[in-house]
Amino acid sequence: MKTCDLVIIGGGPAGLAAAKAAYDCGVRDMIILEREAQLGGILNQCIHNGFGLHTFKEELTGPEYAQRYIDMVLERNIPYKLDSTVINIDKNRVVTYVNEEDGLQKVQAKAVILSCGCRERPRGAINIAGARVAGVYSAGTAQKLVNIDGFMPGKEVVILGSGDIGLIMARRMTFEGASVKAVVELMPYSSGLNRNIVQCLNDFNIPLKFSHTVVDIKGKDGRVSSVVIAQVDDKLKPIMETAEEIQCDTLLLSVGLLPENELAGYADVNLSPITGGAVVNDKMMTSVEGIFECGNVLHVHDLVDFVSEESEHAGKCAAEYIAKGCGSSEKIPVKGVNGVRYVVPQIINKDDDFEPISLKMRVGNVFKNVEVAVMLDGEKIASKKKQIVTPGEMETIVLKSDLVQKVKNGANVEVTLIGR
Amino acid sequence: MVRKMICISCPLGCHLEVDCSDMNDIKVSGNTCPRGKIYGINEVTAPKRMVTSSVKVNGSDAVLVSVKTSEPVPKDKIFECLDVIKTISVDAPVKIGDVLYENICGCGSNIVATKHADKI
Ligand SMILES: Cc1cc2nc3c(=O)[nH]c(=O)nc-3n(C[C@H](O)[C@H](O)[C@H](O)COP(=O)(O)OP(=O)(O)OC[C@H]3O[C@@H](n4cnc5c(N)ncnc54)[C@H](O)[C@@H]3O)c2cc1C
Ligand code: SF4
Repeated sequence: MKTCDLVIIGGGPAGLAAAKAAYDCGVRDMIILEREAQLGGILNQCIHNGFGLHTFKEELTGPEYAQRYIDMVLERNIPYKLDSTVINIDKNRVVTYVNEEDGLQKVQAKAVILSCGCRERPRGAINIAGARVAGVYSAGTAQKLVNIDGFMPGKEVVILGSGDIGLIMARRMTFEGASVKAVVELMPYSSGLNRNIVQCLNDFNIPLKFSHTVVDIKGKDGRVSSVVIAQVDDKLKPIMETAEEIQCDTLLLSVGLLPENELAGYADVNLSPITGGAVVNDKMMTSVEGIFECGNVLHVHDLVDFVSEESEHAGKCAAEYIAKGCGSSEKIPVKGVNGVRYVVPQIINKDDDFEPISLKMRVGNVFKNVEVAVMLDGEKIASKKKQIVTPGEMETIVLKSDLVQKVKNGANVEVTLIGR
Repeated sequence: MVRKMICISCPLGCHLEVDCSDMNDIKVSGNTCPRGKIYGINEVTAPKRMVTSSVKVNGSDAVLVSVKTSEPVPKDKIFECLDVIKTISVDAPVKIGDVLYENICGCGSNIVATKHADKI
């Protein structure tokens, strides 16, 4: 069997950043395996601007941001294979992939980085009743059709879900001459960025209906002809008396992203039921030694800048693992409590390098005027005051070296909201 | 008059209050950085937006190449600009940063490519 120090699965922003960082930490025997015909991942279809302010201090479009990292990989001559789909990994880090040239190949890796991104939740996962007719697309599929294939999926559009992709597509379809009748959101808040509500909906007077959902899809001649929407009560059940019918030929679903973790499952990696991604320690290592995870496959990020940052860290840690093996095995869990839905990493691995640890978290609801705080055995050691926190925006708190040093084995580390 | 708005210059989305009782001395508060002040003033005087779209490309594997305006354009000219963008088609190869159309609708902004398209 072929061997390789580092196999990176997925050539999106996460895989590219991890590859660059691992190379810069000395790894040479490595390969990126990408299932599509080009590197760059989902960013290739995100042609809007809004990427990279954090990383490059300028606002780039998705393809421009991706190209910066592709160039870094090309400059370093890091090998990659396109049109190559990984179909299996096992817990001993044997990676199986297929492509036309090599057929079915197995590679024994010293370390594996999973950076396979996420996919959209399909119609089946949310159970909308109604006709099985043409004209129902996920927002990301519509984005690919419009931006890559040059094909307009419809003229009169209703969008279910106000996540960023739904918002971005409302504007994109409007730009291409479609009429977007409404964006319908089940929750009383949007999981998208405020700026996207302003520049994608308000700018074009597209109504955003909170606490509403689609209760029926009607069809004529095999195509969507209208959808019925209704308000929901506080238990999210539709109130049928409020139902109204909207004429349209297209329904876009922007109802959330799911990390692609089949591969992690095959390798017996522990997955978190909350994030859908792996449970990782502060070195981004999963429960299986030598298998790392980063980017959207680990937890859904709203900003690619944070994907790059997290993935560079994963690449560096994988390089250290290849050179030195695992450090200590003392594991201190980090918990999200009192409104904090999850924290990544879920585990701090006690060792003596005391490198700063960046804790990323999401809340479960909208809270105003709260302090997001890291508590060590009941004592606040780091915090951030926020006018507003929403489930749509990830928060980060960095624990500096001196604080990391304080986290002793057996400690109780929690992230909480003070003042809610 | 005080107008409340959300700064769209970066993903932070600060809640701004723009006091335009004196149009010669517009006061902005709630911004975290200087870009927010500029945004607030522009928004009450001459609102502008970046426009991103795509144009046809000939002689490449790709059907389309994505583009953006080099500078934000006046908000009320967005659809005028898009009508012009729809008429543009280019021959591969195209490189990121290539200017594909100059001074669109007299806005002083160029249409530039945001993706490479290799020639086949
Ligand atoms: C539609 C959409 C719009 C977005 N808009 C914004 C925005 O405006 N601003 C912003 O900052 N962020 C935005 N994001 C978020 C940002 O794009 C993502 O956070 C980022 O792309 C995640 O990078 P990734 O590498 O983890 O995943 P991806 O970009 O999804 O890359 C994963 C790669 O892995 C490959 N892969 C998967 N499985 C396999 C396998 N088995 N074998 C081989 N290869 C495989 C895939 O083909 C893909 O290329 C958006 C995301 C989406 C989905
Ligand atoms: S004021 Fe500055 S930090 Fe706040 S949203 Fe605007 S650009 Fe971003």
